[in-house]
Amino acid sequence: MKLKFRLERTPSPFWMIALLPIVAVLITFIISTLLLLLAKANPFETFYYILISPLSSRTSALEVLVKATPLILTSSAVTLAFASGYWNIGAEGQFFAGAIAAAFLGTQLGGFPSYFAIPLMFLGGFCAGMLWALIPAWLKVKLNVDEVVTTLLMNYIILFFLSYLLNGPWRDPVSGWPQSPTIAPSTMLPKLLERSRLHLGFLVAIAAMIVVWFILSKTSLGLRMRAVGKGKDAARFMGVNIGRTLFITALISGGIAGLAGVTEVAGIHFHITDAISDGFGYTGIIGATLGNLNPWGAGVAAVFLGLIATGAQSVSRSMDLPVFLGNVVQALLLLVTLSIILLRNYSIKRVT
Amino acid sequence: MNLQSLILGVIASTLRVATPLIFGTLGELFCERSGVLNLGIEGTMFMGAFSGFAIAFFTGSPELGILGALIIGAISGLLMGFFSVKLGVNQHVSGLGITLLLTGLSLFLSRVIFPGYQVLPSIKNVPPLNPFAGIPWLGPIFEQYWLTYVLVLILPLAWWVLYRTNFGLNIRAVGENPEAADGAGVNVYRTRFLALAIGGGLMGVGGAFLSVAQLGAFSPGIIAGRGWVCIALIIFANWRPLGVLWGGLLFGSIFALELRLQTLGLNLPYETFLALPYIVTIIALAFAGRRVIGPAAVLKPYKRE
Repeated sequence: MKLKFRLERTPSPFWMIALLPIVAVLITFIISTLLLLLAKANPFETFYYILISPLSSRTSALEVLVKATPLILTSSAVTLAFASGYWNIGAEGQFFAGAIAAAFLGTQLGGFPSYFAIPLMFLGGFCAGMLWALIPAWLKVKLNVDEVVTTLLMNYIILFFLSYLLNGPWRDPVSGWPQSPTIAPSTMLPKLLERSRLHLGFLVAIAAMIVVWFILSKTSLGLRMRAVGKGKDAARFMGVNIGRTLFITALISGGIAGLAGVTEVAGIHFHITDAISDGFGYTGIIGATLGNLNPWGAGVAAVFLGLIATGAQSVSRSMDLPVFLGNVVQALLLLVTLSIILLRNYSIKRVT
Repeated sequence: MNLQSLILGVIASTLRVATPLIFGTLGELFCERSGVLNLGIEGTMFMGAFSGFAIAFFTGSPELGILGALIIGAISGLLMGFFSVKLGVNQHVSGLGITLLLTGLSLFLSRVIFPGYQVLPSIKNVPPLNPFAGIPWLGPIFEQYWLTYVLVLILPLAWWVLYRTNFGLNIRAVGENPEAADGAGVNVYRTRFLALAIGGGLMGVGGAFLSVAQLGAFSPGIIAGRGWVCIALIIFANWRPLGVLWGGLLFGSIFALELRLQTLGLNLPYETFLALPYIVTIIALAFAGRRVIGPAAVLKPYKRE
């Protein structure tokens, strides 16, 4: 008897959906193999360094969480925005706004105890991110200007503002480096564990992720947000004030992305340079999509993206491959996931 | 500096700076007119700049570099088509994904192909031509790279293709109402794929203009958001080829003035001038915002029933 199978357009069984992320990772690495062969690198060795090696020691495994911290925040920020139908591509700029605020407050709040200074830094970073999200949000709601373009352009504008700060008022008077003054010790985020860079920012990131989940699924604001995200016409019919909802969404999303800037300045670098972001805002879009616009999914995806970023660094150290391999793998993973997520709506049926 | 040479200088550099913007925006015009918002533009221009540079470096021929960027840009457009047209996934996310992929890929390859360089070597760039050097007074304006002169042909050609050929009619039809176009016997998928390939090719050339002609070098900051400016320009141009020309020249003049204003000794940090084109773009969008209506089918994937 011959067995025949065909794809049928019905929702997939649970085991197939659970397998999809693994399939996505497999396909991504098969495609990456072509690149690695071009670079004359051993694919198995590379994949070992990217996926396994960072998890093989306590220090590097915790380093994955360090790398994931800003990504959890930007992924949560983008998740909130995209799930609510607001295309905030400006998390990168909002990240910088938060980082600039933290670098400024960090030098001003030195006279206060940590339990006062640190919450104020996070508040400042949140407000700065909100402020940077304000102009595109206002233009969207009042003048119907497409937020995709404006949020993207705002990312470039803040880089020029930062460059002005670093070459002007904040330039290090001693070394002359374009690097802001070091923040006061009382504003540095406390470490969570001995012999590790993992800092308080990680807990803030987890908390923010939970807040996004809570807003989206447990509040009436979240209900309105998701209604707008599902379709503006239907939401209008339900009596949702679309402009107001988009505006609030944009501001919260920008604020959360701003928090990521605080964690990097106050938790890792203790000053700001123009190289402080490894495209965290853009990677947040990848995290949100891999997480299927679910905050918990985005958190898991952000940790995985942090693993790839850490792994790419160990690849570039051990095998002398460009660190940009990490960016390529992350982008490939996004595109592959976008494609195979469609399979959710299919199942394999035996033809009899 | 006398006024005449200042004005002529600004006009000449406006034409030069506007060239990649017009190539990119024309490319986006083809994509969006067929119903696909191609946010892969930034990455496609970046890949065009890198591949044009690399090919010109190894062959010694800037012309081959530009041809290579055209082909690689077209392939990038087809890749965008695979996701947005064939699979019909979200155009915002797939476009950004393509930009992230092509940007990362260009940087990765730049390190693999040119190992050991801190800064990539310069190449012999295309020399500018000046066929009208003899014209009194205005002569210096016409000292331009040949790709700028190619635009004089391509702009009317793009208009003619879009408005005077069956293929152009099909592009506009599948961008407005794909169901009706399909009913009339137009192959929606093939038309969109072709439009994306043309668009991607134009974007690739726009990127290569910067590396192969204008700078003779490649650096990670070479495109610096010009692709996103093109996305704004197309709204400003109301999705018309002539609008692309005017918009491109207007924005080009802002990029060109940015350099001149710095020399006028205004008491502002120079970053203000660098940020100016991006700020002006946002202001222009604010003024254009209410009245613009793009092709109706943009962002809507087509599923044949």
